[in-house]
Amino acid sequence: MHAHPFDPYVPTASPVHALDPRIKLALVLSFLLGVALTPHGAWAALILFFASLMAAVVLSGISPWRILRRSLIGLPFALAAFPLLFTTAGAEWFSFHAGSWTITATGEGLRRFLSIALKSWISVQAALLLSAATPFPDLLLALRAFRVPQLLVSVIGLMWRYLFVLADEAIRLMRARDARSGIEPGRRPGGGVIWRARVAGGMAGSLFVRGFDRADRVYAAMLARGYDGETRALPAPPVAPVQYAVLAAGCVWLALLILIGILVH
Amino acid sequence: MLLHDLKSVWMRHRPLWMGFGLTGVWLATTAMHIPDGFLSLVVALIFWALAILAIGYALSRVRGELKERQVPMMGILAAVIFAGQMLNFSVAGGTSGHLLGAALAAILIGPWPAVLIMTCVVSVQALIFQDGGLLALGANLFNMAVVGVFVAWGIYRLIRKITPDTRWSKLLAGFLAAWASIEIASLVAAIQLALSGTSPANVAIPAMAGIHAIIGLGEGLITIGALAFLMAVRPGLLDDKSAPGESRLVWIGGLAAAILLAVLSPLASAHPDGLEWVAEQTGFLDAAQGPAYEIIPDYVLPGISNEAAATILAGVVGVGIVLAAAWLVTRIRKSSAAG
Repeated sequence: MHAHPFDPYVPTASPVHALDPRIKLALVLSFLLGVALTPHGAWAALILFFASLMAAVVLSGISPWRILRRSLIGLPFALAAFPLLFTTAGAEWFSFHAGSWTITATGEGLRRFLSIALKSWISVQAALLLSAATPFPDLLLALRAFRVPQLLVSVIGLMWRYLFVLADEAIRLMRARDARSGIEPGRRPGGGVIWRARVAGGMAGSLFVRGFDRADRVYAAMLARGYDGETRALPAPPVAPVQYAVLAAGCVWLALLILIGILVH
Repeated sequence: MLLHDLKSVWMRHRPLWMGFGLTGVWLATTAMHIPDGFLSLVVALIFWALAILAIGYALSRVRGELKERQVPMMGILAAVIFAGQMLNFSVAGGTSGHLLGAALAAILIGPWPAVLIMTCVVSVQALIFQDGGLLALGANLFNMAVVGVFVAWGIYRLIRKITPDTRWSKLLAGFLAAWASIEIASLVAAIQLALSGTSPANVAIPAMAGIHAIIGLGEGLITIGALAFLMAVRPGLLDDKSAPGESRLVWIGGLAAAILLAVLSPLASAHPDGLEWVAEQTGFLDAAQGPAYEIIPDYVLPGISNEAAATILAGVVGVGIVLAAAWLVTRIRKSSAAG
C-alpha cells in the first residue's frame, strides 16, 4: 500500500497504534454510541467525552492540531440544524424584527442546536483518530472480524489498492485539461457551464475505460498467480487478554460518562 | 384578506425562508453525506437495518450471477468512482460540480453489482475520509447505495423502454437517471433529518429538493458526457445488463420508489406535523430521559448540586485527564530513550 497525500494514516509508535485494530474499532463505535446516547444539553458529559478523546490523541503521538483542523470539515453540515434555533418551542432567548415580523430564538433551540453541533464535532474527531492511527490492512482485518461479508471486504481491499493508482490517473486527466486550456486573465477558460460539464464527463468516461482495461490486466495477473475466485487471508491473530481488558475498561468509562450525562442533566 | 393570506403563508413557512439560504450553502458543499450527531439513534438503527437487508440481498444475487472475473472488476470500478469524484468542473463563484456515480455504475454494470460498489465507496468515505458518519453510515448507504442506484436503474430502464433504441435514447435516459438518483436520494436524507428532529421537515425537504435539483443537473451532464465518450470508444459497454424477464421487478420497484418519494415528500413538507410527530416518537430516548430518571426527584451526582458546577468540574477533570495522558507519553518516551 502506497503512501499518498490522501492516506490519513500517521505512522508513529504509540500505545494507541499498538492497540489491536478489532479492539480499536469496537472502542470507536462504542464511543460514537455513547456520544449519541448522551442527552442534549449535558455539557459536563460532552466535555468529558471530548477530554477522553483528546487524551487518546495525545497518547497516540498524533498532533492534536492535525485532528482539530481536520475536524472542521464536518462543521458546515451544522447549518442543517440551524433552523432549530427558531423552530423549537421554549422560553424566548432573543428576538429581532425582519420587516414587520418578529423572529424569536429560544433558549431550548440554542441548547439543541449547540448539542447537535458539538456531538457531531466530537464524533468526527473519533473517526479521524481511528483512521490516523490504524493502517488500512488492519481496518480490513477488523471488518472481517466484525463479520462483514468476505466479498465486500475483498472489493474494499482491491478498491483501496487501486484507489491511488486511479487517483493519479484522474490527476493526469485534469493536468491534461489544464494544459489544453489557454487561460487569459479576466476571461473564464473554456465554454459555457454545459460545455465544461461535458468535458468533465468525457474525462469520467475515459477514466472508466482505463479502469475496465486495468481490471482486465489485473484479473489476468491474478489468474497467472493461481486466483480461483476466493480471496484468502491469513487467519487473524488472537486478541491478547490485555487488549480485552482495555476494551472492558474503555466501555466501563464510556458507560460512566453516559450515566453522568443523564444524571447531571 | 389577501394581506392576511400572505401573512399566514409567511408565518407558516417562516423557518423555510430563513433556513433556505443557510441550508443551501451547506448542501452545496457537502453533497449528502450525513455526519454523526445529526440522526437520532433510533433513525440511525432503522436505516442500518434496511441498508443491511438490501445489501445482503444484493450480495446473494451477485454471488449467484458473477464469475470470479468480476471481483477485481468491482474493486477497480469502485476505485474509478472514488477517483472520478475528483474530476470537477467550475460552475460559478468558486463552486464546482462533480460526479457521484451511482447512475453510471448502475448503467454500466447493472443494479446489483452497482449496489455493492457504491456500498464500498460510501463505507470507505466514512471510515477513512470522515465523509459522513459511522453511526449514520447505515442511512448514507441506504440513500446513496440502495435508493440512488435503484432509482437510477428504474428511470433508465423506463426511458429505454418507451423511446426507440437510438443514441439519443441512451443519453436522455442517462441524464434523467443521474438527475433522479441525486434528487430522490437527497429527499430520503431530508426525511431522515426531519424524522430525527434535527431539521424541520418544511425546511429540510424543500431546501434539499431545491439544491439537489441543481446539483443533479451537473451529475446528469457529466453522465451524458461519459456515456457519449463510452459510446464512441466502447459501445459494447452499454449493452443491456439485465437478465430477461426477472429484472422487470427490479426496475419497476426502483421506479415505484422514486414516484412514491416524489409524491410523499411535498406532502410531508406541507404537513410537517406528521413527520414531527414521528420524530417525537422516535426521539423517545431524548424524551424518556425526563420521566425515566426522575424517580428520585432532583437527583444529581452526589455532592454536586447544580448543573453549572458540574460543567465546570467536568472541564477541570477533562483538563486533568489530558494532562495525565501527556505526562504518561513523556514518561514512556523518556524510559524508552533511556532503555
